Amino acid sequence: MYETREHLQTLTEIRSLMERSSKFLSLSGLSGVFAGVVALMGAAAVYWRLDLHYTAYTSYDGTQILFSDAKQDIVRFLMLDGFIVLLVALIGGSLFTIRKARKQGMSIWNTTSKRLLQALFTPLLAGGVFCLGLIHHDLIWLVFPATLVFYGLALLSASRYTVRDLHYLGICEIVLGLLSLFLTGYSLLTWAFGFGVLHIVYGMVMYFKYDAKPENETGVI
Amino acid sequence: MKDLLAQFNKAFESKARLSIMSVLLVNESLSFNALKELLQLTDGNLATHLRALEEAGYLLISKQFVGRKPNTTYTATEAGRQAFADHLNSLESFIKGLG
Repeated sequence: MYETREHLQTLTEIRSLMERSSKFLSLSGLSGVFAGVVALMGAAAVYWRLDLHYTAYTSYDGTQILFSDAKQDIVRFLMLDGFIVLLVALIGGSLFTIRKARKQGMSIWNTTSKRLLQALFTPLLAGGVFCLGLIHHDLIWLVFPATLVFYGLALLSASRYTVRDLHYLGICEIVLGLLSLFLTGYSLLTWAFGFGVLHIVYGMVMYFKYDAKPENETGVI
Repeated sequence: MKDLLAQFNKAFESKARLSIMSVLLVNESLSFNALKELLQLTDGNLATHLRALEEAGYLLISKQFVGRKPNTTYTATEAGRQAFADHLNSLESFIKGLG
């Protein structure tokens, strides 16, 4: 009897090894919630800065009606806001993930986390440069759908190296980005929904699915 | 289990070797240090198991330098994948026979 249990234990350990060695499983749900909250704050800042007329600047040809000085100002503000949101979300998200990895007794910088970051940042960097190009060519309204679509693609590519669930978040971001390409005029709203609400929902689902368990039974060796 | 496993592929008789083959099947290649961290084995212990698997022709070893540090990575060969699959199949039929 004891022997059987020992062998079953061995099999469980090997299965967990296979999963841990190919996937980075320390991604914290709280990272998602934090990123979502930061994004909502960023969107609120834009809303406040542009007053209630935000649709005028971000809809299809809204930018045409602005004087160039005011437009420059607003574009600069949008870029700064987006950059700060990205930075704060990344730093906060990393901290939560590092904390979770520590709790699991896993290293944070290993083969799987490197693969994950590479899979995430390749599409993300391409998207960033693409958006700079759009801004350069004065196609400001396109930046909102483009950030969502590229971010979704980045998540899709990263999901191969972590929990499968990230895949669905990626698809939601892409669909939302494509929708906002046709339903113009709600850019800030879709942006807040995609980067804010979706992240919070995803993060909470992840938190209760994986993190809230008292003991992660697959993580023990 | 050890004496039971003796009827099967000798190369996979220990838990460490089963683990090494398993993780190399789901990863294209892994470095010595990555394997060490995953399996929580000592250098000498891991090296012995790896050498045994290499001698059986189940692992491919490639050494290169990352900067000035030597970096050894391990990949499962086609023969290794086949042998491991056979081993799992015979284990499976053995367990089915028990029940």
